[in-house]
Amino acid sequence: MQKSKIRFRGGVAAGALAVGLISGVAASAQDYSGITINILTRPGPVIAQRLVERGEEFTAATGAEIRVNEVPFAELFPKVLTDWATGTNSIDVGVIASGWAVELVGGGLLENLDPYVAADDKIDIDDIAPYFREFNQKIGGSTYLITIDGDFQMLYYRTDVLADIGMDPPRNWDEYMAVAKAAHGRDMNGDGEADYGSCIFKKRNAQSYFAVMSIAAGFVQSQGTSEGIFFDAETMKPKVNNEAWIEAFNIYKATGEFGPTDELNHDIGDTRALVTGGRCALMIDWGDIGPLSIDPDGAAIKDKIGAIIMPGTSRVLDPATGKLVDCNATTCPHAIDGINYSPFAAFGGWSGMINAKSDADVKQASYDFLSYMNQAAQSNVDVTMGWTGYNPYRNSQLDNYDNWLKAGFSQEFAENYLGAIKDSLNSPNMASDIRIPGAAQYTGVILDRELARFLAGDITAAEAVANIEEGWDEVTEDFGRDSQRTMYRLSLGITN
Amino acid sequence: MAPSGDSETPIRPGGVSPAGSPSDRSIRVRVSEWLDYRHGTIFIMPAVVMILIFSIFPLAASLIIAFSRIRLRAGGYQVRFVGFKNFAKQIFGSEQFHFLGAFKGISVLGWVFATVLISLVLWWFFRWMRVRFNVLGFVGRLFLVAIAIGLILMIAATVLSGTRFGTLGTTLFYVFAGCSVQFVIGLGLAFLCSQPIRGKTFFRVVFFVPLMITPIGIGYAFRMMADTTKGPFSPVWQWAGLGDFAWAADAWTARIFIVIGDSWQWIPFIFVVLLAGLENVSRDQLEAAEVDGAGRWQIFREITWPQIAPVAATVMLIRVIEAFKIVDLPNIMTSGGPGIATESMSLHALFAWRSLDLGQSAAIAYLLLFVTVVMCVSFFNLVVLDRVRNT
Repeated sequence: MQKSKIRFRGGVAAGALAVGLISGVAASAQDYSGITINILTRPGPVIAQRLVERGEEFTAATGAEIRVNEVPFAELFPKVLTDWATGTNSIDVGVIASGWAVELVGGGLLENLDPYVAADDKIDIDDIAPYFREFNQKIGGSTYLITIDGDFQMLYYRTDVLADIGMDPPRNWDEYMAVAKAAHGRDMNGDGEADYGSCIFKKRNAQSYFAVMSIAAGFVQSQGTSEGIFFDAETMKPKVNNEAWIEAFNIYKATGEFGPTDELNHDIGDTRALVTGGRCALMIDWGDIGPLSIDPDGAAIKDKIGAIIMPGTSRVLDPATGKLVDCNATTCPHAIDGINYSPFAAFGGWSGMINAKSDADVKQASYDFLSYMNQAAQSNVDVTMGWTGYNPYRNSQLDNYDNWLKAGFSQEFAENYLGAIKDSLNSPNMASDIRIPGAAQYTGVILDRELARFLAGDITAAEAVANIEEGWDEVTEDFGRDSQRTMYRLSLGITN
Repeated sequence: MAPSGDSETPIRPGGVSPAGSPSDRSIRVRVSEWLDYRHGTIFIMPAVVMILIFSIFPLAASLIIAFSRIRLRAGGYQVRFVGFKNFAKQIFGSEQFHFLGAFKGISVLGWVFATVLISLVLWWFFRWMRVRFNVLGFVGRLFLVAIAIGLILMIAATVLSGTRFGTLGTTLFYVFAGCSVQFVIGLGLAFLCSQPIRGKTFFRVVFFVPLMITPIGIGYAFRMMADTTKGPFSPVWQWAGLGDFAWAADAWTARIFIVIGDSWQWIPFIFVVLLAGLENVSRDQLEAAEVDGAGRWQIFREITWPQIAPVAATVMLIRVIEAFKIVDLPNIMTSGGPGIATESMSLHALFAWRSLDLGQSAAIAYLLLFVTVVMCVSFFNLVVLDRVRNT
């Protein structure tokens, strides 16, 4: 999802440019001369830089000017919402988290893209993996977003280190801690310094809350995707003040024992720098680590990385009592070898959405540009480059290894990496990220703050989850419990 | 055809126009006199209007927001009046731990601290009443005593009782610790540079440079320098045996590092103002004191300090007001962490604003304004005006 430095792979980019000009854009044959599309997204090079480069191709083919404006991650949503709600309308396209779009749709601020998709013969919508096509791009059954990045968190491990210590990739959190402990303190990159058993970002006001949600998912959700990990879908009571979340908080904190001493101040960029520098045996991350490992800066881990679905658990939440109970055929119907896996679609992926108040020709040009970004001819190349921050979301990206091999993956790692993504995507117990109004407040503010206080030792895990429950209830009341319940059920695919 | 008014107006000798009639002249004179009398008001009016538009209006608008719940919707805002709820949430409600701190009773140490300090505050108050009682002073001091007791109890119930204080306590720490350090070092450097030493012009320029650097740059620079594992001083930290020390993981070391960064930026401000004050101290008096055999400390205490005290009080007042608004360094260096340990009130308001909780954000900003005004008015009354009265 992110990366700290630009890695411009000239050859690949030039090839992509040529392919793009010949295929997608040229085929559109639209003249958008005089039209300017203002896009807002996070600071580059991650996400933004590829929009700029593809924008130049789009301009060359159609005449539309693409302007990519960048603001800090934490200010993205407020900026889009205030711009569109107040009628300023200086932004035509927001490339932001899909989960945030629900609030925008509720306010009537997003263009319904169903007619555009229906008239688009190049997007090949069925090639988009079902989760992203049906959940990520749609709200209330209509398409409002175009995915340009597919997000899942996975566990990465150093194949050479695990071979040295004679251990298998961890399948649950007990095994994770055992491997981290055994590997911690070893020199993993040959620089003579002791390295770390586990690297997971833990900084406040960054993205650490995604990691704890990833851990919690396996403990909280066992009955399938429609169960959800955040609220009781009937009453909208927070499903957070229980042993499952407490266990997740404790595990997250305990991993710090085998990490860098200043991990509390590490955001995702800091952690990735350690990972690509060869200093971590285990790490949790989005799909970026795979392509980053073939980057010149990732030389220390090239062909030494393996990926696997997020660790599961053999004890899951009993929602009635709030206690953890052992897995059996009833409590864990989707368990594999007695372990309940619940891969978490953290963040959902960067997606493009169009301002409903933009001019009609601008909206059409904006859609065509997002479609161009999404089309296989472009995206199948973009997802193989680590610096873009784009991760796979199309079946053709997951099933066809050619682009990955061309980019520098070995056959073995391509199979392993894409296999881990497919395992996550195909899981019937996949956990959906929160996609209701106030999403940023529920997780990015309340969960993030209480997690930070817990990690700092200010409060216990039990106090943290109690505070989160109180905070979430306040937000729910503020937005209206009934409407929130309806939106939450829709986000889980519950329609009755 | 009806005659025009002009044709009927009599022409006076000398070709004086109708406008020059005695009554018109008297209006003109009256207007001219009024303008003359009010010229001060008229000249200052554009500035006042600008202030009203750009300062007072936002202040009033944010006050309205502080008493409201605002939701952004298509086509504008939805505003709901909620009374004091936003303030109550911070002081008594679910955000109390964030603003004031987490209260779990007061420890023995806390009680001792609170008893001693509250006794001292009450002793000061009653002593003042016996000596110089007046109604206005009584009301102001009563108000100050109530706030002082509240703050003492807050410190006793949080940091002295095993829990952490909230953004109010953190802000006060930045203000008092930071400003004290900055004043002592700034005064020391100014004193050294006022002495006849070689290269003092060079030192003056060097000491002044940090003030010109953007706080965001300072935040990143200090974050890098303090990084014990991969910062530029990493070998030094390793050599000193602090390679495994994580300053950002501990509440107090994180706060202290922020105070160090803040001091690095603001010491030059204190330095340059106090240096100007020191250079205006009468040379005749200093030389006379030396001739009379006074020691250096005696000269500083009896001659130098009384002359620079008004400058020192003014510069500290400005610095304290500025320190209350600290936001860049904790945001860049720690993002308010670990936990909420380094979050100032300004940062607290910023985070609330980012989450589009505009009502809470405005309420916190007003609480900050209240604290700043109370502190600065008290400082002005009790330090500056007291000194004026005494002299």
